[in-house]
Amino acid sequence: VIAAQAFDALLAGALVLTGGLLLASTSFMRAAVLFIAFGLLMSIAWVRLMAPDIALAEAAIGAGVTGVLLIDALRHMEWDAERWLRRQPGPQHEPLPEPPPSAAARAVPAGAAILVLGLLLAAVYHLTADDPGLARAVQAELVAVEHPVTAVLLVFRGFDTMLELGILALAVLGMLTVRSRPDLAAAALAPPHDPVLAHVVRLLVPLAALVAGYLLWLGTFAAGGAFQSGVVLGAAGILLWLSRHGSIDVTPGWLWRGLVLLGFAAFLVATGVTLVWTGRALEFPPAYVYALVQIVEAAAALSVGASFAALFVGLHPGESPGSGDGARE
Amino acid sequence: VAVLDALTVLLSLTGAVFFLAGTAGLLRFPDTRMRLHAVTKADTLGLGFVVLALVLQAESLAAVGKLLMIWLLAMLASTNGCFMLGRWTVRDERGEPGP
Repeated sequence: VIAAQAFDALLAGALVLTGGLLLASTSFMRAAVLFIAFGLLMSIAWVRLMAPDIALAEAAIGAGVTGVLLIDALRHMEWDAERWLRRQPGPQHEPLPEPPPSAAARAVPAGAAILVLGLLLAAVYHLTADDPGLARAVQAELVAVEHPVTAVLLVFRGFDTMLELGILALAVLGMLTVRSRPDLAAAALAPPHDPVLAHVVRLLVPLAALVAGYLLWLGTFAAGGAFQSGVVLGAAGILLWLSRHGSIDVTPGWLWRGLVLLGFAAFLVATGVTLVWTGRALEFPPAYVYALVQIVEAAAALSVGASFAALFVGLHPGESPGSGDGARE
Repeated sequence: VAVLDALTVLLSLTGAVFFLAGTAGLLRFPDTRMRLHAVTKADTLGLGFVVLALVLQAESLAAVGKLLMIWLLAMLASTNGCFMLGRWTVRDERGEPGP
């Protein structure tokens, strides 16, 4: 018990330290790497809190995909800055440093953070050790998916999952809108062909598809589910693009858009059908609940994967990489 | 069972020693290629020992398979990552353009 407590204390200390270093670092690259380390530590913390689903999602999204997206964004920023400097007439100069934020601009976020901290401390203070909360009432309602976290995510918080998918789709739309503005047209930096990477990716992608399917199936009775599965698919898409595999280029735009919207659409259809069928949104009749939840989850996983891959590839769907910058300038 | 437990402790400690050695190399070695050498070799061996230790405690053959899969995947990823970083270092030293 003492060893476990010491480990928890070490973990909590490392989290606070990493978070502090992250916020204090002036280099974006350093901050991005620290963010990945923070995500990994956070996922260990979720394992210690017995929430393997969230740990998987945190490791895959928080540390994995977000880290890759941040580092990729930095690369684009450097690249844009170089082009901007090249276009300026006259002697080249460093961009002026931004003025430090005013006292009011600092006070508002600081006040909000202190308020949230106070609320959290008050909530922890009011916790009693043996209070099961709503756990028993929730357990009584779970029918379809046996693992509590997945069930809560899908059966009780169906709207939440639906809106999360909607937000992902919105993020992709926003990215496409920004990219289609000509002055911001940072075309994808098509990576050079690399035979070693291409070979590894050919080994890894079928395995990733297998793992994604496994995680989806695992979601029905253990830690796993649509988001975790979708992130693995998205990572496979990112790897395919990085190794310049042809399959990303030949995927037509309508298929990309369809896949990105599929999850949200499946949820909308499910909501409509259940409203007519049972009178309550996203409440399936018990006889069909397993099959229908699985179909919606599979659609959600495909959408999550397509959205993350699209966010990284960052092209107009269907546009081939390499046709961007060179052709426009 | 006691013998298996003792072996598990021994193997995971051995693994931890290799991880420690790899981390020391990452922090202390003077250039990128030496650091890559320390991290990929020592850590992969350390992970191998930890995986062996966990295999002894596994409840089913499927769990053993998954553990070995993790080790193989980690080896694949670290070998290739090391190769690509190493090649980038060499090109950077020679002043060649490259990824």
